[in-house]
Amino acid sequence: MRIEYVWYLLAMAVTTYLIRMIPFTLFRKKIRSTFARSFFYYIPYAVLSAMTFPAIFNSTGNVWSASAGVAVAILLAYFRRSLLTVALASCAAAFLVSLLPMI
Amino acid sequence: MQTDSSRKRGAESRTGGSVSPYRYPDGFWEGVPVGLGYFLVSFGFGITAVGQGLRFLEALLISMTNMTSAGQVAGVTVMMTAGTILEMILTQLVINARYSLMGISLTQKLDSHCSTPRRLLMSFGITDEIYALAVSKPCPVGPSYFYGLMTAPYLGWTLGTLFGALAGQVFPENVRMAFGIMIFAMFIAIILPPMRRDRGILLTVFLAAALSCLVAFLPALRFISEGFSIILCAVVAAAAMAFFKPLPALKDEEGGREE
Repeated sequence: MRIEYVWYLLAMAVTTYLIRMIPFTLFRKKIRSTFARSFFYYIPYAVLSAMTFPAIFNSTGNVWSASAGVAVAILLAYFRRSLLTVALASCAAAFLVSLLPMI
Repeated sequence: MQTDSSRKRGAESRTGGSVSPYRYPDGFWEGVPVGLGYFLVSFGFGITAVGQGLRFLEALLISMTNMTSAGQVAGVTVMMTAGTILEMILTQLVINARYSLMGISLTQKLDSHCSTPRRLLMSFGITDEIYALAVSKPCPVGPSYFYGLMTAPYLGWTLGTLFGALAGQVFPENVRMAFGIMIFAMFIAIILPPMRRDRGILLTVFLAAALSCLVAFLPALRFISEGFSIILCAVVAAAAMAFFKPLPALKDEEGGREE
């Protein structure tokens, strides 16, 4: 445990907890604004997407092995394979491509 | 609008009138499949976190105190790019803001045993999946059921990071590198099926990804750090979609106005 990370860890944990705790303990009304409801509906997908692209292409240290992993993940996820299948197949594809001699 | 007395009665029926029929074991067993899923995602997080330079204990502590996948991955990015504490707080605020909405929605579902001290503990367990399970019950839910619901996911999340971080340390270099893609592949597995069902989500995902790539590759935008880029792109994409493709207005059952 490095001391300079304690503040990051604290900031992260406290912020995340307060986001959950404050409205859950205090709120009594219903959100009616269509814009706010729509925004909260879309935000998880926007976050996951912004986090995945383009970072996923650097996630294996090699853009070709990562691209193979991305292709396999998209293909299997499109056909609604389980989380485990998509995750392991994507890793396997990235690993196999990284073994190719010219990569 | 409602009169004062009817509003008061409404509040009582939400939080005071009834006691949940569900017990701790009911919640526990419903939470087991979620716990198994969390183990996998958290395993991926553990490997990614250690792969990016975090120590085993640091990764484990993050999972034990947060229990949220997207927020944790973005948090590690902020740490590894030496972002500011403000950046960390803003990142968590934006990425986890949906938990506020879920928490609000869940308050409408609670029984009379949910006192404020109990809510303080329960609120830690508000995640996408736990919220979805609790809110879809036909009867009000109470603290013991909710604690049951939280148990297996929390254990799965903690143990997943534990084993993932360990695996990240024992596997040879080339296997470890390939594992780095795991959590992102899971994100793809999470967002793709709803993209097929909902055009709004599809456009949101494309817009956010395009913006994120723009920030990453345009030299003029290099000054934006990776952590801020996630917030910025996600907020712009979600706000644009909320503006251009809003959800249908709420049904007018409570005297609110139609939009």
